[in-house]
Amino acid sequence: MNFYLEAFSIFFKIGLFTIGGGYAMVPLIQNEVVDRKKWISKEDFIDLLAIAQSAPGVFAVNIAIFIGYKLRKKKGAVVMTLGTVLPSFLIILAIAIFFQQFKEFEIVEKIFKGIRPAVVALIAVPTFNMAKTINLNRYTIWIPIVSALLIYLLDVSPIYIIILSGTLGYLYGRYKRKKLTK
Amino acid sequence: MIFLYLFYTFFKIGLFGFGGGYAMLSLMQGEVVTKYNWVSSSEFTDIVAISQMTPGPIGINSATYVGYIAVANSGFSQPIAILGSITATFAVVLPSLILMIIISKFFLKFQKHPAVEAIFSGLRPGVVGLLASAALVLMDSENFGSFHTEKFQFFASIIIFMGAFVATFKYKANPIITIIICGVIGALIY
Repeated sequence: MNFYLEAFSIFFKIGLFTIGGGYAMVPLIQNEVVDRKKWISKEDFIDLLAIAQSAPGVFAVNIAIFIGYKLRKKKGAVVMTLGTVLPSFLIILAIAIFFQQFKEFEIVEKIFKGIRPAVVALIAVPTFNMAKTINLNRYTIWIPIVSALLIYLLDVSPIYIIILSGTLGYLYGRYKRKKLTK
Repeated sequence: MIFLYLFYTFFKIGLFGFGGGYAMLSLMQGEVVTKYNWVSSSEFTDIVAISQMTPGPIGINSATYVGYIAVANSGFSQPIAILGSITATFAVVLPSLILMIIISKFFLKFQKHPAVEAIFSGLRPGVVGLLASAALVLMDSENFGSFHTEKFQFFASIIIFMGAFVATFKYKANPIITIIICGVIGALIY
């Protein structure tokens, strides 16, 4: 089979059948790309996960771009990105068109009245999970608190928080290294 | 004009979306709900719920959906709204495409660089703040009901929120199952 067609259909299939976001896609990608196709080694795949995670953007798309680029440069990256994105795009588009008409039903509104607070909880949970994994201490705990308050109370754009906290991290790292070399 | 703004906004979201799908959602909420008012707060939570329950990455699902709703809410017809979802999806992926190709070239050299490590040591706590703010901003009367006029919905929502939080945080319940159960509860009690 043509390589591009095969790569596209593998990522299309993964995009179509994984519910629950990017992290749910990782084991499926690993199964296809590492175990079955042997396109990249297991070690490379682990490094790739770390890179895809630290780069901005959608995790699963970053993985697809990296694998595509490794195998067939830019053309490969574009084909695999399309494969990953297209199923989501088509399904959501169908729902968006359908749901707009569907929303008027009373029962749908009732269901969503129940769902909305749960979704807010689902967004709150990663806050605490992430706070746990990055080991916030008494020197760093103020960063998330101040950031959250700036956004919530003063309507500061979250993008400025990203830029500011990255810059502060960079400056702090430079300061620490200077102190070490002295 | 809205297409230009959509492209610019979602390109920014793709470019600054560090820390996974939920962190991107907080950027998206800041831009499309708070800044541009393209979608309402309750529409946004509906979009998140649907993006969570449908296949594929949440970042892509919500970008496609928001692109459609933003243009539809601005009074355009369906085919034009579809163009909106194409614009948003393309724009959110484009920074990844550019950056990941550059990063792939340098591969590991990049990740272990002390400057990169330093940037991330600041970014991570910042992202925690982003996530917290998204949850705070969404705790409004559109999602929880008003304390004054919809008392029953308000208190029911708080109970649902706490139940869903404990189930997913403490007991690691599946988010999709949690959404389905809360939907059933909504259908029964309202």
